[in-house]
Amino acid sequence: MAKVLLEMKNITKTFPGVKALDNVNLKVEEGEIHALVGENGAGKSTLMNVLSGIYPYGTYEGDIIYNGEVCKFNKIKDSEQKGIVIIHQELALVPYMSIGENMFLGNEQGKKAAIDWDKTYAEADKYLKMVGLSESSRVLIKEIGTGKQQLVEIAKALAKNAKLLILDEPTSSLNETDSKALLDLMLEFKKQGMTMIIISHKLNEVAYVSDKITVVRDGSTIETMDKHTTEISEDRIIKGMVGRELTDRFPKRHDVKIGDINMEVKDWTVYHPLYPERKVVDNVSFNVRKGEVVGIYGLMGAGRTELAMSIFGQSYGANITGKLMLSGKEVHLKTPQEAIKNKLAYVTEDRKGNGLVLTNSIKINTSLANLDSISNHKVIDKDKEYQVAEEYRGKLKTKCPTVEQNVGNLSGGNQQKVLLAKWMFTDPDVLILDEPTRGIDVGAKYEIYCIINDLVAAGKSVVMISSELPEVLGMSDRIYIMNAAKIVGELDAEEATQELIMSSILKSGEGA
Amino acid sequence: MKNAITVLRKNTMIFVLVLVFLFFTLMTKGQMFTALNFNALITQNAYVYILATGMLMCMLTGGNIDLSCGSFVCFVGAIGGICMVTKEMGTGISVLIMLLVGVVYGSILGFIIAYMNIPPWIATLAGYLAFRGWATALLSANSSTGSIAPFPKSYLSIFSGKIFETAIGVFNVPCMIIGVIAGVIVVAVMIMGRKNRVKKGYEVESMAAMIAKMVISVAVILLFAYKLSFSGGLPTVLLWVVAVVLVYQFITSKTTIGRYFYTIGGNREATRLSGIDTKKIMFMAYLNMAVLTVISAFTVVARFQAANATAGTNFEMDAISACVVGGVSAYGGSGTVFGMVVGATLIGVINLGMSLMGIDANWQRVIKGVVLLAAVVFEILNNKDKTKD
Repeated sequence: MAKVLLEMKNITKTFPGVKALDNVNLKVEEGEIHALVGENGAGKSTLMNVLSGIYPYGTYEGDIIYNGEVCKFNKIKDSEQKGIVIIHQELALVPYMSIGENMFLGNEQGKKAAIDWDKTYAEADKYLKMVGLSESSRVLIKEIGTGKQQLVEIAKALAKNAKLLILDEPTSSLNETDSKALLDLMLEFKKQGMTMIIISHKLNEVAYVSDKITVVRDGSTIETMDKHTTEISEDRIIKGMVGRELTDRFPKRHDVKIGDINMEVKDWTVYHPLYPERKVVDNVSFNVRKGEVVGIYGLMGAGRTELAMSIFGQSYGANITGKLMLSGKEVHLKTPQEAIKNKLAYVTEDRKGNGLVLTNSIKINTSLANLDSISNHKVIDKDKEYQVAEEYRGKLKTKCPTVEQNVGNLSGGNQQKVLLAKWMFTDPDVLILDEPTRGIDVGAKYEIYCIINDLVAAGKSVVMISSELPEVLGMSDRIYIMNAAKIVGELDAEEATQELIMSSILKSGEGA
Repeated sequence: MKNAITVLRKNTMIFVLVLVFLFFTLMTKGQMFTALNFNALITQNAYVYILATGMLMCMLTGGNIDLSCGSFVCFVGAIGGICMVTKEMGTGISVLIMLLVGVVYGSILGFIIAYMNIPPWIATLAGYLAFRGWATALLSANSSTGSIAPFPKSYLSIFSGKIFETAIGVFNVPCMIIGVIAGVIVVAVMIMGRKNRVKKGYEVESMAAMIAKMVISVAVILLFAYKLSFSGGLPTVLLWVVAVVLVYQFITSKTTIGRYFYTIGGNREATRLSGIDTKKIMFMAYLNMAVLTVISAFTVVARFQAANATAGTNFEMDAISACVVGGVSAYGGSGTVFGMVVGATLIGVINLGMSLMGIDANWQRVIKGVVLLAAVVFEILNNKDKTKD
């Protein structure tokens, strides 16, 4: 049996009023990839923050034993000195600085008053090679894509002499190809003796890459599964996470009648607002019927969000051409206002960035897009507003003490529900949902799927954009496949398989 | 005990205001508490309340400020002086012209900021420089002293002086009656509001809390009315201030447009995608600011009975300070008219108290700077604690 590199013993961490961690035990052996899985708010990130010293020694109970000694970290620098490096979910890179500058930020080469830039870039290039990134370290961060940025983060961690690397949702903003490459890189590091902890919601990735899987639920470690001794399936992991077997990850729709075409887009072309020659959407046509869920699958950067936002009142893009028909009539929507008036709704993929007003209450967010309907001559009827917010809280089972609570304090799943509530309150006929389950846990996902089913049961049309294949396959009646700004395939739910979808993307790549 | 702490925390600035007032009353041996100084508190600070109301609306949209308002007060005053004194035009038409100047400037400023995406502090810095220079040039071209006076009586009586004026020291009955009526209205509004909420089954504050609030508000109103009764009557400018404050209290808390000011400050892109014309709201913020600046200029010119080149100096800073001390977020998205009123009053009390104590003007500035910083630091620490709970 390999040596135990890290042991966290009986860790308990309380915040005022909440026990975030309750007697957590975690053992990580040298040279293994250990996955932490659990629903949002289960305590994974808190545990890693305790480990890395963000919550200093003394603010928690229990012991951290690393490399045979008890550690008392007071700040992140302390844990980094021991070789424990954490890469956070949100990339922490400065866009207007070069890769090299970013990699050695806070860890500058040379003397304090005189940074040795030659050494910085030489060292940076060395680590970039190790992660297989073929960019020069003098390139600015803003000029490389998210996939490469994630690699820079890893190179940055390596430059700190990491022995234990913690990756928090490393693939959450990557497309499938980049994700796969990253996971393979992790396996490569493992061969070289690196120990890693990965936190992820994507169970297929966890199953692919890790040796052991520890399930965290409600602040406690539930179980640790060893891939080498037990069979690990996604369903098995989910069972541990939610404490029950989700026999079906996608709720069934019963007797939903699919009716006439509700929205039709023809020959839709959009150019990039800053680079006028670049087509971000190229001659796209698709339609969605009443009571139908249409999936648009595509890798990140395929132009899906650009397509959706340009349809939604030209809120993105330049030089937009094409025909948009809503219930058989051609419309020209120039602003989001007009789109909403024509019963179109776009639920953004970026709920924090451009979806919700985090500093305002659930109530205010719910009513925002349709405030006029609860106002008399521009004066808000606050009673009605409260009732509306309460109604949607009940309908969508949003978990919150009151609707006066600020949205910023809610978990990702509940924020997503508030965002959906806001758009359902505009009473749309067609809803475009952009990555509706990104970054939310399995339980909340299921509830979102149920809401989608209710929507189509009520005769609405749903266009669901997603980069999660199982979700697209599980929820859609029809699937469009998008790649490099074009629709490259259309499949019925019955005939669609993961292989068919991936092959149509690959084939379109060859043809180009 | 815990209750007391939350009450204290929610209303810190009010308690600070009371303490500071008592402090200066003690230090000036009661001088602060005289009828004349109650009057001075209002007449000297009227412009701050009006300007800070406009500044509040700008700050809500994302911590945006207007640096030009002080210079613009001076410029509008000069225009008024030229109309009413030099050209001897009627008061009504002159006031209209001054308002029109405000609308024109506000529209230009709003257009530049909202539709051309020029950062507000740069766009208004230009106005800060230009209007001071332009006003001074106009004044010296029209008067040998660089100051235009005297303004006609008809104008002065609208924006300064007292209503139902009596001799100082004599009890002014109409003033007290207006105070009592105001008190009754406050009590009625509070009781009706509570009854309404109870009837609909909403959460209400405890009876004790409401009575405490009621007693305090009525006491403050009656105290002011009583004191002002002995200072010769109700200052006219107080009516303007109360009108502006009430109108904007209504706009910010009850109307859809007011709501959008807050959500734009919280998340501009989310607000835009919710079908709200965010550019129009930004435009209105600065148009509104310019109009309120004109109203503020009316009162300033009337108070000094002259238009002069130093009028409005540092007014923009006074307005920003009032907002910040009153808890308006420097990043936008939060802040109330009531908070701003408390902040402006606190600064006014400190100003007046220090003058009465005879503190050197230079040190007065140092103290005001420290108070401003302390208010912001306190606000941030207070909010941090709240998120931890």
